[in-house]
Amino acid sequence: MFDVNEGIIQVSYIIATILFILALGGLSNQETARRGNWYGIVGMGIALVATLVGDVTQNFPYLFAALAVGGTVGIIAARRVQMTQMPELVAILHSLVGLAAVAVGFANFMDPDRLVHYIGVELTIHDVETYLGILIGAVTFSGSVIAFGKLSGRISGNPMILPARHWLNLMILLGAIWFAYEFVVQSAAGGGLNPLLIMTVLALLFGIHMVMAIGGADMPVVVSMLNSYSGWAASATGFMLGNDLLIVTGALVGSSGAILSYIMCRAMNRKFLAVIAGGFGTAGGGSAAKGDEEQGEVVPIDAHETAELLANAREVMIIPGYGMAVAQAQHTVFEITKTLREKGVNVRFGIHPVAGRMPGHMNVLLAEAKVPYDIVFEMDEINEDFPDVDVSIVIGANDIVNPSALTDPDSPIAGMPVLECWKGGTSIVMKRSMATGYAGVQNPLFFLENTRMLFGDAKEMLDEVLKSL
Amino acid sequence: MKIGVPKEIFAGERRVATTPEVAGQLQKLGFSVLVESGAGAESSFSDEAYRNAGCDIAASADDVWSQADIILKVRGPEGQEAARLRKGQTLISFLWPAQNPELLKKLSESGATVLAMDSVPRISRAQKADALSSMANIAGYRAVVEAAQHFGRFFTGQITAAGKVPPAKVLVIGAGVAGLAAIGAAKSMGAIVRAFDTRPEVKEQVESMDAEFLMLDFKDEDGSGEGGYAKVMSEEFIKAEMALFADQAKDVDIIITTALIPGKPAPRLITADMVRSMKDGSVIVDLAAEQGGNCELTEPGKVAAQNGVTIIGYTDLPSRLAAQSSQLYATNLRHLLTDLTPEKDGNIVVNMEDELIRGATVCKEGETTWPPPAPKLSAAPAKAKPAPAPVKKEKKKPSVLGSVVGMAVAGLALLGLGAVAPPSFMAHFTVFVLACFVGYMVIWNVTAALHTPLMSVTNAISSIIVIGALLQVSSDVPMIKWIAVGTVLITAVNIFGGFAVTRRMLEMFRK
Repeated sequence: MFDVNEGIIQVSYIIATILFILALGGLSNQETARRGNWYGIVGMGIALVATLVGDVTQNFPYLFAALAVGGTVGIIAARRVQMTQMPELVAILHSLVGLAAVAVGFANFMDPDRLVHYIGVELTIHDVETYLGILIGAVTFSGSVIAFGKLSGRISGNPMILPARHWLNLMILLGAIWFAYEFVVQSAAGGGLNPLLIMTVLALLFGIHMVMAIGGADMPVVVSMLNSYSGWAASATGFMLGNDLLIVTGALVGSSGAILSYIMCRAMNRKFLAVIAGGFGTAGGGSAAKGDEEQGEVVPIDAHETAELLANAREVMIIPGYGMAVAQAQHTVFEITKTLREKGVNVRFGIHPVAGRMPGHMNVLLAEAKVPYDIVFEMDEINEDFPDVDVSIVIGANDIVNPSALTDPDSPIAGMPVLECWKGGTSIVMKRSMATGYAGVQNPLFFLENTRMLFGDAKEMLDEVLKSL
Repeated sequence: MKIGVPKEIFAGERRVATTPEVAGQLQKLGFSVLVESGAGAESSFSDEAYRNAGCDIAASADDVWSQADIILKVRGPEGQEAARLRKGQTLISFLWPAQNPELLKKLSESGATVLAMDSVPRISRAQKADALSSMANIAGYRAVVEAAQHFGRFFTGQITAAGKVPPAKVLVIGAGVAGLAAIGAAKSMGAIVRAFDTRPEVKEQVESMDAEFLMLDFKDEDGSGEGGYAKVMSEEFIKAEMALFADQAKDVDIIITTALIPGKPAPRLITADMVRSMKDGSVIVDLAAEQGGNCELTEPGKVAAQNGVTIIGYTDLPSRLAAQSSQLYATNLRHLLTDLTPEKDGNIVVNMEDELIRGATVCKEGETTWPPPAPKLSAAPAKAKPAPAPVKKEKKKPSVLGSVVGMAVAGLALLGLGAVAPPSFMAHFTVFVLACFVGYMVIWNVTAALHTPLMSVTNAISSIIVIGALLQVSSDVPMIKWIAVGTVLITAVNIFGGFAVTRRMLEMFRK
């Protein structure tokens, strides 16, 4: 459009990069987070305008049409999505990044100028970059689509364990390396489309297989891992195009996702590789059987008695889990919180890092219900306070409050940090039935003397509790 | 089946075996409930209240005994009541079969089934039906109230314009259910509370109530007997114990004794000399009065004054808090009846396989089944079995060697890359590595509550891949052009959607 100096574009990219870093930095607390988001938006705007002005020379109508349509779809989706569906939305958005990386990679490969620009080692490196970009993009794409399916319940949340799956993965890896070699060799001779296509199919299959093998409770790890992959895909694309902005941004996102995965794994006391290798609890058959012996008597309680307990307490801790999200009970929870706080009861929330299906899932749900964030605490902040808590309500959570994680070295979840609600006065556990959590481990908490079970749908029961209050 | 609740005939007994509220719950189990007129009057439950709860009111005790299939009582049957019990009937009440062997024999001969609330085994599952504990709890609380009434001063310390008031010092001997209840009540009234018990495992419980646990400087002898009760201690131990009490008696204002050993007369812990050494105006409440008393000067059932010290020997403390006792006792009974009616159809099944029911049943259809076999589980964990050691977090510190090797390998790989790669690649690579580090530093600062917005914003940002499509969109090759346009479209979804949803989420976070 205009003849813009290359230097100006570079400067715009640097500004965009800085704004992106500020955007992530802004999320360090709630006050600066909104400003951070604006930094991100402005950064993206600057990068887009600079590229549009500097590098695009024709086909503007198509381009703007695509931006307008895509943007509209995106905004509508963002407006309509329920907060409980956030994990699905994030997963499907990840898949789009992966798909884009694949598309950009292929388009780049088809560019006839490629062989003119790059010769010798440079061509090899460029081809490897293209190959990697497409590979990571394809894995991200198919993996995210499966994750979306699992999170939205379209695909069963149970891990699908194929026989010899580790060998299968190894074969795919070896195949990918072999076809990389083939691709580089053929590409130098002007061909290479076939190995690239075959690899893409393999990568798609790998993504599907990888996520299919992972159980529902490990979804926080998967979602953050895919987040990381989408970043690496962008970074690889940046290498391919020789574009530092993409490299930097991709690296930021990639390390962000990697750190999140690490935090989630640590919260479950599991090795990252073990999660990715999938199949939770399959090795723990012996201890699952042992869990049955420990059964004792559970003491049920009704909504009315629960309300009385709550009203007479001074310190109440609410521990939400995925069950609260499923039952959409967060608004009722807040109503109860409000009522109790008006009565002078100190109600707080204790959030386990892996509660829900996505890092920070519970925080978002509670925020949606207008729960002020200064009464929502992380596990590490609050675990020591349990001895002073009179009543803890566990809403649709199981493994994150399982004392056997600390006491039973044979438990599949041994060593996982948990919310130690049993140290408080009374724990009220809201559950639909006595079924075990995702880890398939019986929870001795239910049989403790100071635990009461409130059976039924979380929302209905909480509505009754609220009424009784 | 019909449940009958007669009025208690024991003199001074004010409790009643069911309350209107519990009667309603019993009807949910399929029973009908017949209450003798005036049975709840002393506990402030009127006939009207029972009637409103769906009970029938019987004019006389005879009607109740003759019509009901199950009789619920507080005290064990007195002479004429025992005679009224007939074959096929079930009686549930306190009984003390060890102390009343003749009554047990008589009841057994009648052919009825009798469950004794005092024989409910001390196992975790049976706690809901453990009337001894609920009554002990009330007795402990009431003991403090009685003490307060006879004690001429504040419990709590105050500094007022009229001068300083020191807090009362309370010594609780025996930290069982009653003792702990007394500690709690005295503590909440503001007194300084000390407690003593021969069972060292209760130290933690005492301290959890913010009271001071008095330790004997003695080789560790454990006073825990079967079923979580105390047992008789060795002579040296008792000597040391008495020295401690003698010492404390001079210092404290109120002594509440709750020391009991099952099946034995109460141990003599407070001698006449100790009472004499106490300050004028001091109060002793002896909860063991019925079993002879922990204090030498206790007169069971009475308040005695000796040398300026008031010694309260009431044996009916729960009955002095009749409404509360009735409510808890009735609930204990209801829990037992719930276990007795597994089908909730109003028919009781005395299942002798059930440890709770087996323990409580003292005679069944004419056959004496007391004493029951020893309970399998003690309420307190056996000492031989230490609590399972908490799982040690296996945080292997990464060996220095490992990390050195790792770094060396990574360094060599980088060197190898640098040797073959062209400078343009290395420039990009430098940027990449630095960006990874920046990302690492920035992300660790993100608060856990914002992890979901972090993911959606990184998602939006990673759509920067749109730049790649923008660079391609001007291509003359139609295929490339269309792929690029498609890519722009999907990344646009991501950019706008990602930022918009992040904004929406962040708007919700509020103080």
